[in-house]
Amino acid sequence: MQIAVASGKGGVGKTTIAASLALSLAGEHAVCFLDCDVEAPNGHLYLNPVFDRQTPAVIKIPQIQAERCSSCGKCVEVCQFHALAKVGRSILVFAQLCHGCGSCTWNCPEGAISEIPNPIGSLEAGQTKEGIHFAQGVLTISEPMPTPVIRQLKRWSQASEDAVTILDAPPGASCSVVETLRGSDYALLVTEPTPFGLHDLKQALGIAREMDIPAGVVINRDGVRDSRMDWFLSQNKLPIMMRIPFSKTLAAGIAAGKPLIEIWPEYQPRFRNMFRQIAESIAKGKPC
Amino acid sequence: MILFVTAQQPFLDSPVDERFGRSPWLVKIETETYHWDALPNPGASQSGGAGVAAAQFVIDQKASAAISGDFGPHAASALRTAGVEMRLLNGEVATVQQAVQSFLQGKLLAFG
Repeated sequence: MQIAVASGKGGVGKTTIAASLALSLAGEHAVCFLDCDVEAPNGHLYLNPVFDRQTPAVIKIPQIQAERCSSCGKCVEVCQFHALAKVGRSILVFAQLCHGCGSCTWNCPEGAISEIPNPIGSLEAGQTKEGIHFAQGVLTISEPMPTPVIRQLKRWSQASEDAVTILDAPPGASCSVVETLRGSDYALLVTEPTPFGLHDLKQALGIAREMDIPAGVVINRDGVRDSRMDWFLSQNKLPIMMRIPFSKTLAAGIAAGKPLIEIWPEYQPRFRNMFRQIAESIAKGKPC
Repeated sequence: MILFVTAQQPFLDSPVDERFGRSPWLVKIETETYHWDALPNPGASQSGGAGVAAAQFVIDQKASAAISGDFGPHAASALRTAGVEMRLLNGEVATVQQAVQSFLQGKLLAFG
């Protein structure tokens, strides 16, 4: 079972929720935690895994064999990302623009293009002391494309079918969020009752609906009341899976790197209960 | 020689555009005949790789020089490889025509 934790807005508590959900289930289930926020993975700060495996994340980029190339320019023509340019009789490759789609290789009439791996980040995995199988992707700073790292992380982590896999999504509502949600059984959308939280929740919800993934909402920093949030959720028949009050005690604990359920142990049964509700909702196949 | 100036509008007296890849227009000028033509910049509408698209276009048009406010790293690399001279606009240049005059008088600094 795959549960993606997403939000739209950044800083609403995705990792806080994802980490405590993982910790709450660790005694009962095989749990896998994938930190898909590859531009700034920080789930490890809560979960403290011991990393023992690492592999590079790569994009396959074209390499032109000059002796075979007839300079026809077909590769430049088919590249949708302008990763290739033809200058005189030679073809230039701009690695940072390449999405690794393979169109140039496929369309080259001379078979003059081979693909070589271009490392853009790394994948790291290990265990936590609670037995959570932890994996994260790390995009190299200045590399522009997180999506291939997320795709490879999901493939590489080899979570077993019966494990509960929790995917901590990046903020925003772009390709990297879509890639994280792809194949997930449930989208747990974390938000806060502010105009910003609501605005971005609508975007995240739009993605989940487009992808036909059932969704529920966690309201963090509850009590900073914005009545529009409750109105929106009831209008859209979105289940509120959990409310976490705004609290300085909690904020101070989290700033010190403590997981939510360590600061407030009474939340552990609530997380387990939320998981049961999610599992039921997946079993029923109820649309969001 | 063939010169390209990035422009906001398709005219000789158009305000120049500071951006190479994203300028809406590329004004092409043949300095011997002063024949000119305004061409839509193929980079302007791209979601990514605008600089390379614009550079490829300018290279294909057999340009000797390109004038803009700045050149991105990808565009600059393509233009440099193709031997297209890159020159930078300065505060005294407001229109495409002025850019051409300043260039011919050697008043525009080389990029990079």
